[in-house]
Amino acid sequence: MELFINLVLFSMLVVTAVAILKMRHLFAVVMLSGVFSLLCALLFVTLDAVDVAFTEAAVGAGISTVLMLGTMALTARNEKMPRDFSFIPLAVVMITGAVLIYGTLDMPDFGSATSPAQLHLATEYLKQSPSDIGVPNVVTAILASYRGYDTLGETVVVFTACVGVLMLIGNLARRRRKDEEGAE
Amino acid sequence: MTMEFILGHLNYWLFIVLMMIGFYIVVARGNYIKKIVGLNVFQVSVFMFYISIGKVEGGTAPIFPVDMNIDPNVIYSNPLPHVLILTAIVVGIATTSLGLALIVRIREEFGTIEEDEILEIESKLQLEENSTEGSSMGGRA
Repeated sequence: MELFINLVLFSMLVVTAVAILKMRHLFAVVMLSGVFSLLCALLFVTLDAVDVAFTEAAVGAGISTVLMLGTMALTARNEKMPRDFSFIPLAVVMITGAVLIYGTLDMPDFGSATSPAQLHLATEYLKQSPSDIGVPNVVTAILASYRGYDTLGETVVVFTACVGVLMLIGNLARRRRKDEEGAE
Repeated sequence: MTMEFILGHLNYWLFIVLMMIGFYIVVARGNYIKKIVGLNVFQVSVFMFYISIGKVEGGTAPIFPVDMNIDPNVIYSNPLPHVLILTAIVVGIATTSLGLALIVRIREEFGTIEEDEILEIESKLQLEENSTEGSSMGGRA
């Protein structure tokens, strides 16, 4: 049953991704990217990652769609006709995909309880966090406490990005106005 | 290649297929907004791949009952990939917004967000610069 749900969600994801590739109306592309994120959130739920699912739904489908719509409003609505078909990108993508699939051949089976990823740190976290921290949600316990420094680093990255965005387009409105005055 | 092997690895391959579609959008399409969307597709596929490594067969989400009476027979999925990917999602939106801001600036400078048009304008600018600087250097540059 789970495999069936996975396969259905996956085929919807592929259809969405191909539609993104083919569409030339950027509005449709941006909306489809929101759809893609929501479908991913569903897939995260089937993979037991509920925290990731709602973050993806809020950030991927919400905020990033809004940001892209804003950019679209400031730039262009349509993509130009795609340039002539060339084999080089397709070949690069095919080779990369083949190499990656070759790399997965050594990996443990999906869902196996004895794979290296499940054996060491994760069991410790699951065992210790009720007595160490006492928060029912282990993901929260790790995020905010065991790996609090990671989260601090994440905040630094977001802050840096904020500063970068402000420096790039912070005085956009002022510059626009100056341009208009200059034109008159 | 037994059936069991294929079923055990199918998930990984499916995510790699999605990843490659995203990658193709990035390298084969000239529109910058579309490139960013492709980058997002690629990124989310990597996230799904990573999360699928933490999944345990028959497991459930790593959240204990509120009264903290933990049943030792319940299997929980690995919480560590979830934490890492939560961080990655937020960092992803930060890089996306930076990319979008760059696109707005590019559009302001060049009047277009199509890659080949921008390359054309750039080469024209380069030619002009070469000719003016070339004449000032006595046509030798």
